[in-house]
Amino acid sequence: MRHGKYPLIITFLVPPLVLYGVFVLSPYLQAFQISTTNWLGYSAHADSVGMANFRTLWHDGQVWNAIKNNAIMLAVVPVVTIGLGLFFATMLNMGGRKGRAGVTGVRGTAVYRMVYFFPQVLSVVIIALLWKEVYHPNNGLLNGALRAFGLPAPTWLGDPRTAFWCVLAVMVWSNVGFYVVLFGAAMAAIPRDIYEAVLLDGASRWTTLRRITVPLLWDTVQVAWIYLAIAALDGFILVQQMTNGGPNFSSDVIGLRMYETAFGSESKFGYASAIGVVMLFLTLSVAVLALRTGRRDRIEYS
Amino acid sequence: MNRREILRRSAAAGLLATPAAGLLAGCATSGGDDKGDSGTYKGTKSEQNPLGVKEDAPLEVVIFNGGFGEDYAKAHEAMYKEKYPKAEIKHSATQEINKTLQPRFVDGTPPDVVNNSGAGQIDFNGLVSQNAIADLGALLDAPSLDQPGKKVRDTLLPGAVEVGSYDGKFLVLNYTYTAYGIWYSTKLFAERNWQYAKTWEEHIALCKQIKAAGIAPWTYAGKHPRYMSWPLIASAIKLGGPSVAMAIDNLEPNAWKSDAMKAAADAWYQIVKDKYILDGSPGLDHIQSQTAWCQGKAAFISCGSWLENEQAKVTPAGFNMTIAPTPSLTSGDKLPFEAIRGTAGEPFMVPAKAKNVAGGLEYFRVMLSKKGAQDFTKKVSSLTVVAGTTEGVDLPFGLTSVVKALEASGSNGFNWVYNNYYRKLERELVDAACGEFFSGRSTPTEFLDACQKGADSIAQDSSVKKYKRAA
Repeated sequence: MRHGKYPLIITFLVPPLVLYGVFVLSPYLQAFQISTTNWLGYSAHADSVGMANFRTLWHDGQVWNAIKNNAIMLAVVPVVTIGLGLFFATMLNMGGRKGRAGVTGVRGTAVYRMVYFFPQVLSVVIIALLWKEVYHPNNGLLNGALRAFGLPAPTWLGDPRTAFWCVLAVMVWSNVGFYVVLFGAAMAAIPRDIYEAVLLDGASRWTTLRRITVPLLWDTVQVAWIYLAIAALDGFILVQQMTNGGPNFSSDVIGLRMYETAFGSESKFGYASAIGVVMLFLTLSVAVLALRTGRRDRIEYS
Repeated sequence: MNRREILRRSAAAGLLATPAAGLLAGCATSGGDDKGDSGTYKGTKSEQNPLGVKEDAPLEVVIFNGGFGEDYAKAHEAMYKEKYPKAEIKHSATQEINKTLQPRFVDGTPPDVVNNSGAGQIDFNGLVSQNAIADLGALLDAPSLDQPGKKVRDTLLPGAVEVGSYDGKFLVLNYTYTAYGIWYSTKLFAERNWQYAKTWEEHIALCKQIKAAGIAPWTYAGKHPRYMSWPLIASAIKLGGPSVAMAIDNLEPNAWKSDAMKAAADAWYQIVKDKYILDGSPGLDHIQSQTAWCQGKAAFISCGSWLENEQAKVTPAGFNMTIAPTPSLTSGDKLPFEAIRGTAGEPFMVPAKAKNVAGGLEYFRVMLSKKGAQDFTKKVSSLTVVAGTTEGVDLPFGLTSVVKALEASGSNGFNWVYNNYYRKLERELVDAACGEFFSGRSTPTEFLDACQKGADSIAQDSSVKKYKRAA
C-alpha cells in the first residue's frame, strides 16, 4: 500500500495547486510588478518608475480621503454587526425564558432565523439597487414613512452628511443575518447544563451573555471580526452602486479609488496597482492584528 | 480538527481571498509586443477602392449596446457585406467596452472597429497617449460613397472633425450629432400660457411664476451633477465668446475663474438661492430626475439630445419635449440667444493594431454614406454628423426641435472638449463641485475655486498627456 501513496497524493494535489498558483498567486505577484510601472493599460508598453507611484499616493488627498472612510467603516461595521448578531442570536436561542424550564429561543425563532438570512441570499448589486430606491428622496420607502409621521425628509444619498452612513447601514444590514446564523450554530454547541446552572443562580440575561455566552463563543467572534474587518476595507460594490463615492467624495472607499483610476475616469493601471498593493497590506495588517489581539485560551468541552 | 479549528483555518483562507486586490492583477502585461505588419490585411488601392481594402479580409466590429442598441450596426454591416461579399463580418455588442477589450489591446489583437462609448468607455487620453488608435485622416480625403464629387470631409457637419482630433490628428469618429440645451414640455407651457424666456432676467421671473403655480422650475441629476455644468458653461461662452471654452480646454491658468464664468456662476446661483429646484433633486440619478420631469414635477431640465430616446418609455403622449438654448445673461452677450452647444458624440475608433485597419476605415465610409446615416437616424431617432440626411425622414417631436435649434444656431454654435481630453476632470472633479454648488452647499466663488483646483491638479499631473486646440 505504502508505495502507492505518493502518486495518489500528487494526482489529487497538483491540479488544484497549479490552478491556485496560476490564477491566484501569480496575479498577486504581478500586481507588485505592475505597481512599479507607469503602465496605462492599453498597450504592452510600460516603463519602470520605481517607487514613484507610492510617493504620489502618499500625497494623494483623494486616496487619503478614501482610506479615512474605510477606517471609519473598520471601526464601526464589525462592532455594530457583531453586537447585533450576538443580540439576535441570543434572543433566538435562549431569549424565551419566561414560564418555561430550560433554555429556548423566543417564539417564532425559525421564522426570524430565515428572515434574518434573506439579505445573504441576494446578490450585493440587488441589495444596493433595493436600498437606492428605499433612500429615494421623493418616492422612497424611508421618506414615505417619515412624511407619514410628519417628519422632515432628508435627501439621504444626496447629502454628504448622510450618504456615507446610509451606505454603512446597508453594509451592516446585509451582513447581520449571516452572523446570526454563525453565532447561533456556535451557541448550539455550548452545553445546556451550563445555562441551566446559571439560570438557577439567578443571573440576568445580560450577565449570561457577557459572562457565559461571549467567552464561550470567543473563537467564533474572532473569526467574525476578521471577516467583517476585511469586508469593511472593501465596500466597493455597495458604494459604487449606491453613490459612486459621492456627493463630493464623501462616501469614497479605496476599492472605488482603485477602480476609477484604472477603469473609470482614467486608465492609470500602474498607479491603480499601487493602490491595490497598499490595500492588500492594509487588509493583511488589520487581519493579523485582529488575530493577535484577540488571542485567548481555548476552552474545550469534555 | 474540531469545528473551531475549521473556522479558524477558513479565516486564514479568507485573508488570501482579500477582495478586489486581485482584481487588477488579472490583466497580464506580458506578450503582445509589436508583431510587425505581417499579419495585417492590405488590398490594392484603386478609384473604386480608395482605402485599399482587401476584399476577402474579415472585419470585426464591437458595438456598445446602450441607448442605440445594436440593430443599426447590423444594418451598416450588411451594407459593407453588400460591397464586399467575400468579407466575413464578426459582430458583437457589449455594455462593458473597457473590461471586454482591455486584454485584447494589451495582447495586440484588438478588433477592427470599436464603438468606445457608455459608462465602460475607455479613457481616450490613455488610448491616444499610447498610440493605440489608428489615424483616420485617409478616410476624410476619400470620396464619399454615395455623394459623387464630394470627399467624406465635405459631407460632415462643422465641428465633427475637430472633436475627434488630438494634436491635429483625426483619430476618433464621433458619429452622432448632439445638441445640449434646456428642455421643457411644449404641452405644459401651452396649458399654463408660459413662454420660454430669452434673457436670464425673464428666466428668473418665469421660474417665480412656475413655482407659484406649484411646480418646481428645475430638477437635475443630483448623482451626476455635471449635467448642470453644461448650461452654466454655455451661459459663460455666450457671454464671453468661444475663447472662454478654449481657455478651459487648454487648461489655462484661472480659466475657470474668468469674468464670464464668474458672471455665469453668479447668475445660475439664483435658482439655487431662490429654491427653484425640485426638493430632493440632489439624491436623484439622471433617470430618476428625468422621470420626475416627464411626470410634470419640474419644468426645466438640462440634457443632450439623447433625452427623448432615453425617456421614450415613460414620456406621456403629447408631452412634446423641446430643446432651447440657455437664456442670454446680458444684452451685450458675444453670441446671440440662438447659439447652442452642438457637438459630435458617440465615438467610434479603429485600433492601431487592428488586423484590418483599411476595412475599419471603409466601414466608417459606409456609416458616413448618405444611405448609412439616414438608416441610423430612422432606426434610433438621432442625428448623425453627415449633413443633410434628415430630409425625407420622419423625426419625432423632440428631435425636430433639435434640428430647428441647430439650424437657428448655425455658425454661432459652440462646443468644448475638455471632457474628452481629461475625462477625470469632468467626470469626477467638476462633477463634485457642481454637486456642492447646485445643492446650495457652496457659493459661486467656492464652486469656481473647486473647478479651478481640479483643472490645476490635471495640469500639474505629469502622467497625463496634455492637448491644446487652436480653434
